Amino acid sequence: MSDLGSAPVPPPGPTDHVRGPGDATLVIEYADFECPYCAALSARLAALRLRRVFRHFPVKSSHPRAWAAACAAEAAALQGCFWEMHDSLFADPARLEDPHLWERAAVLGLDLERFDAERRSEAVRARVKADFRSGIRAGVVTTPCVFAGGASYAGRAAIAALDALDGEG
Amino acid sequence: MSVIAAGEPAPQFTLKQEDGEPFARADLEDRTTVLVFYPFAFSPVCTDQLNLYEEVLDEFAARGATLYGVSCDSSWSQTAFREQLGVSIAQLSDFEPKGAACRAFGVLHEGGFPQRALFVIGPDARVRWSYQAPSPGDLPGANLIFDALAD
Repeated sequence: MSDLGSAPVPPPGPTDHVRGPGDATLVIEYADFECPYCAALSARLAALRLRRVFRHFPVKSSHPRAWAAACAAEAAALQGCFWEMHDSLFADPARLEDPHLWERAAVLGLDLERFDAERRSEAVRARVKADFRSGIRAGVVTTPCVFAGGASYAGRAAIAALDALDGEG
Repeated sequence: MSVIAAGEPAPQFTLKQEDGEPFARADLEDRTTVLVFYPFAFSPVCTDQLNLYEEVLDEFAARGATLYGVSCDSSWSQTAFREQLGVSIAQLSDFEPKGAACRAFGVLHEGGFPQRALFVIGPDARVRWSYQAPSPGDLPGANLIFDALAD
């Protein structure tokens, strides 16, 4: 039984999905691909010069396909296409059923058989769960939740916080 | 009114379970209970809160703790709320006499609804930990409950 008690948000590690210039302001984001505020936040993040870390925080009772989408992104990551799948999911978040996920994988040129096996694998679920648990420990209560500059911002406040960071960037 | 603090015995109270059966102080004995007082069924923050705790319900169970949602809504409303969310957290109603259990635990808001508050109660029916959110709109993280269960 691993600990779920309070702990600081982990700094970026080797298993994290990171993009953006190394010298830009670091933003760690906990998000769910079926969450409309997360999609809005992601669009806003893409327009800013930031170093982004994406972590999964799927909440299945609000978003029944959130886990499937998170696992699809991790399966794409195993073929080197995490951010491509991330962008595809957030660009069109109403289409998250299995055939939609296969179609996205095909458009990205992934090995479909491998993608489908891996997105259902225990290793991929464990990878998503590890993110979720680090979020729980850091006090994430809703999505999106952004950690930047030693503070955290949840929900719609996260978007306003990014606008302020942009000024510092 | 102040929140019943850690170390104090749980007060006498009676809540109503969704099937109409009472849930009273004696039901706290011989197990660990987490009471989640929330202001209103169907309100936005309460929705996020129960959805969040549902995700880690098995982790609470692994620590021998049973979680209950408590509000002043009627059992009918609580069941409808729980079913709409798709969560399994059992609900306890403080509808009649309204707010009596909330008052006993020191978490009745002057507006006639529960403060957003959490209690971890040990098998000896003593409060091990209690927490009241700074405002009913603030959602306490599940990490706080896990901290309390680890103590």
